[in-house]
Amino acid sequence: MKPLEPVSTTARVVLGISFFVIFFAAWAAVTFGGLVPKIFLADPVTMVREGWYLITNHGFLADIAVTVWRVVGGFILAALIAVPLGLAMGAYKPVEAFFEPFVSFARYLPASAFIPLFILWAGVGEKQKLLVIFVGSVFQIVLMVAVAVGSIRRDLVEAALTLGARDAGIVGRVMVPYAAPQIAEILRLVLGWAWTYVIVAELIGSSSGIGHMIIESQALLATGQMIFGIIVIGVIGLISDFLFKAVNQKLFPWSTI
Amino acid sequence: MSGVVVKGVSRTFPGVRGGDPVQALAPVDLSVGEGDFVAILGPSGCGKSTLLRIVAGLDRPTTGTVTLDGKPVTGPGADRGMVFQSYTLFPWLTVVENIEFGPRERGVGAAERRAVAEKLMAQVGLTQFANHYPKQLSGGMQQRAALARALANDPKVLLLDEPFGALDHQTRSLMQELLLSIWETHRKTVLFVTHDIEEAVFMANRVLVMSARPGRFKSEVTIPFAHPRSYKLKTTPDFGRLEEQLTEDIRGETIIAVQAGF
Ligand SMILES: Nc1ncnc2c1ncn2[C@@H]1O[C@H](COP(=O)(O)OP(=O)(O)O)[C@@H](O)[C@H]1O
Ligand SMILES: [Mg+2]
Repeated sequence: MKPLEPVSTTARVVLGISFFVIFFAAWAAVTFGGLVPKIFLADPVTMVREGWYLITNHGFLADIAVTVWRVVGGFILAALIAVPLGLAMGAYKPVEAFFEPFVSFARYLPASAFIPLFILWAGVGEKQKLLVIFVGSVFQIVLMVAVAVGSIRRDLVEAALTLGARDAGIVGRVMVPYAAPQIAEILRLVLGWAWTYVIVAELIGSSSGIGHMIIESQALLATGQMIFGIIVIGVIGLISDFLFKAVNQKLFPWSTI
Repeated sequence: MSGVVVKGVSRTFPGVRGGDPVQALAPVDLSVGEGDFVAILGPSGCGKSTLLRIVAGLDRPTTGTVTLDGKPVTGPGADRGMVFQSYTLFPWLTVVENIEFGPRERGVGAAERRAVAEKLMAQVGLTQFANHYPKQLSGGMQQRAALARALANDPKVLLLDEPFGALDHQTRSLMQELLLSIWETHRKTVLFVTHDIEEAVFMANRVLVMSARPGRFKSEVTIPFAHPRSYKLKTTPDFGRLEEQLTEDIRGETIIAVQAGF
């Protein structure tokens, strides 16, 4: 093993899977071995059985769907506003000077702390959930997109200028394509954070969703169900990450050559 | 007056972090007639790029004016194509798309700009690499594509800022021959910046030697060789004499530049 030495695809897959295997083995060892009482931590087999029970008897798949729709809905709303604004800020310095201080401030406002306020404004329905995701994502995306666009190589802009490009060409045909892979990466990252906001939103005042199920299971001391819910979130995150990466590679083949 | 006319152009950069302002370019005069090939030769840091960027419209002169065919230059434009020392192909576009960038910005139709790109790719020997991305090309190929991209706009003037500076010696020689043959066919007005004496003498009709910073024109040498020129020219005694003369001229300036710590 040397710094930065590449690893073969097979080795990468094997190594990646081994960690999961070790993780589950350790979990099974401490639970079946009786090191941890069952009330606090269910063993993997119980977890799977209770998960199956949730799906077949409690319509847990519908909960998953509701949560996914909330995340995706709030996230898309945030991206629709944040990406163009971030682009404008990255490209035009006065726009940046106008928005940047406020957005930097707003970024540190914890989305979860807004939940009580949002409940007051929007009730405990879908609007409130979407608002939480939206507030949690929008400022992050704006700032990161602005930085990505602003980091455009000057010499590329100058090359475009000497080729006769005007403002619209510079922004649309140089800055946007230059920053596009980074923007896609930013969206992937922020989508991951959006998952934590939705669960928090569902833990408080909700009647459906994965977060709601986890809170209900706590009342029943069903740690298997709780862990199943958490793992489902992880798996969905993994899938969305994978999809994002695949789409990025398809859309921006030049950035990964 | 047709061609590029530079009158009393100087450039002083404001001091960085409270430091003294830097005069990169003393007031200089220069005129490059239509179809001429002029090389500007000078030690590094003497203001060659600064002058070229001002002609390109990418930088504003502190004093003086630049005109092209009598019209003042106020900003960058498609009538002055430029090739930079750094690799500036757009990494998200293929070779052919890069070459089509300028015509597309000017609203040239798809079929017409493809025809232009194909002709130029053939000239610079990149036809087989039309659909490659810049990262998949060697440095020499990238600069050939950049040259084709600049030519695609059919500019009045070609501004070349040490375009072969980052290439190895052999590739550089081939690139010089390529550029020369393109000039011999198109007879475009060329302003070529370099610190390589052989390169300047081989390609240009006039070589202007620049002094150490702040840059001024110190001397001018007319290169009498007829076109088309072959690489064999480089080993002739006449070529050697011109090289020697320019070496003397530039040596003093380089010593000044090195002592000043540029
Ligand atoms: N944007 C800038 N701000 C301050 N100083 C600069 C800037 N650009 C160039 N200079 C200075 O001007 C001098 C000439 O630079 P340049 O024209 O790039 O030289 P050359 O191309 O001949 O190597 C250098 O000393 C450089 O440090
Ligand atoms: Mg330079």
